Amino acid sequence: MKGMQEKEDWRFKIANREALIGVALALFNFVWWFGFAYGLGSRPVEEYTYVFGLPSWFFYSCIVGFITIAVLVILVVRFFFKEVPFTEEGDEQ
Amino acid sequence: MNWSVIIPMLGFLVIIFFIGIWSSRKTAASGDGFIQDYFLGGRELGGFVLAMTMVATYGSASSFLGGPGTAYTMGFGWILLAMSQVVTGYFVLMILGKKFAILARRYKAITLIDFLKMRYQSTAVVILSALAIIIFLFSAMAAQWIGGARLVESLTGISYNTALFIFAISVLVYVTIGGFRAVAVTDAVQGAVMVVGTFVLLIAVIIAGGGVPNIIGDLVSENPNLITPFGNEGNLSKAYVSSFWILVGVGVVGLPQIAVRSMSYKSSTAMHRALIIGTIVTGVIMLNMHLIGVFARPILPGIEVGDQVIPLISMEVLPAWVAGVVLAAPMAAIMSTVDSLLILVSSTVVKDVYLNYVKPDASMKAVKRASFGVTGFLGIIVYLLALNPPDLLIFLNLFAFGGLEAAFIWPIVMGLYWKYSNKHGAIASMIVGISSYIGLHFYNQANGELFGLHTVAIPVLLSFIAFVTASLLIDRKAYSFTEARREQLKHEQSVN
Repeated sequence: MKGMQEKEDWRFKIANREALIGVALALFNFVWWFGFAYGLGSRPVEEYTYVFGLPSWFFYSCIVGFITIAVLVILVVRFFFKEVPFTEEGDEQ
Repeated sequence: MNWSVIIPMLGFLVIIFFIGIWSSRKTAASGDGFIQDYFLGGRELGGFVLAMTMVATYGSASSFLGGPGTAYTMGFGWILLAMSQVVTGYFVLMILGKKFAILARRYKAITLIDFLKMRYQSTAVVILSALAIIIFLFSAMAAQWIGGARLVESLTGISYNTALFIFAISVLVYVTIGGFRAVAVTDAVQGAVMVVGTFVLLIAVIIAGGGVPNIIGDLVSENPNLITPFGNEGNLSKAYVSSFWILVGVGVVGLPQIAVRSMSYKSSTAMHRALIIGTIVTGVIMLNMHLIGVFARPILPGIEVGDQVIPLISMEVLPAWVAGVVLAAPMAAIMSTVDSLLILVSSTVVKDVYLNYVKPDASMKAVKRASFGVTGFLGIIVYLLALNPPDLLIFLNLFAFGGLEAAFIWPIVMGLYWKYSNKHGAIASMIVGISSYIGLHFYNQANGELFGLHTVAIPVLLSFIAFVTASLLIDRKAYSFTEARREQLKHEQSVN
């Protein structure tokens, strides 16, 4: 029973890949958020620059960062995510 | 009484009430799939409703009253922290994703515990999870009721007890009658109200403050720290803020009320749409609500109680009736959180305890009666507790989210993706997660945050180590979903 190679459900391969994409996106999201916030925001307040009246660290980290992630999610879902059926083939459900 | 605020809010509650009734008709029509229907909406949520119910569930009272209130005190650093929640919009559905949806259907799972029961084949896992859900979520729910009643109280001027009563009745009526679908559909309505409401309020606040540069100038002249990422007293450390990525970000995967939504959708198309909508809506709501909190500071200085910032600023900068509609947003958030928790605790009692261990052969009629009965009964207990909240309740609520995350994240995620996961790992991970969370909570209270991290971070790591160690050391065996499927089919055939 153990020795025989199990054929994995083809849908699980897709699911595994999409989960990895999720982890990668979250890491990217975190690096962007952290990098801009503390990279630009650690200076003394007198040296802050402003974009649309908001401190630049906040603008790039939270606003541009959010828009970037939203666009990435849209692109990833459109181009890398596959439609799969959820019910079992040849099953009653 | 402030009728111009109250009338739009009452209108809102009435709409919700009718949605509950409408959904219940659908439930009644579908006959013997009652359990799946009442607790999961028949697994047919579309993308928009799925996204909104997800957002509404994790964006609880804290994001709508407490969060902006803290931002008012702490400044931009707290908005930075709140933005860590954007990740939940896509992460949860991508991680649990299709595999969870497929397995939930294969296992005919209605609750998170059904899934764990099938995956780990262990009574201990079921009992431990049921206890964790009932204790922690019950407390979380009660705390939300208190928040909801306080909001009604501060808006209308009626007494806390009356406010609680109104709140309780409106929640109970449509949860008891409508079930999961009513909750999910009303979440969608409420979510839409929240998105529009936060934009209206943000714009009004910016106008009242004389434009963004003006507001920032006022903040700097009051205390320059308010516009740094480090908080008003410079005490928000990088490590602390970053550890919120676990508590309100990626760790949300481990919350049972989120997991159950990940088995309720219709198709992968719905899931894809929900990923996009969920990310955008979470980001917009978090950004707007917390910006409002900070911007309110120069306009209305000196607010002592954080939870009152949003209600007060709305009534200050908006015409009364608009304020009423906008304030329906936090009300909506609290109600939807309460509803989803109520339905979840009720499903744990009926489905996971009653049907598993008390009366497995209960008739459809008995199950129906039990479901309505338990839901109503739980609601009444919560109501009585919220009338005069005992200390224990407030205490347990502190652990609710972090504790559940530490308990469930690895049994769910590893159970899906790591073939050596077994019941020993799951049990060890739950026990280590919850106990280290409670222990560390006390340590942090006495000595300040260990390593500068929020309490949730280390227990999540420890429960991971416990999971892997126990799975590898005790009865190590590679699990095969294909094999398990074959066993399941064999079993089903022999039963029939």
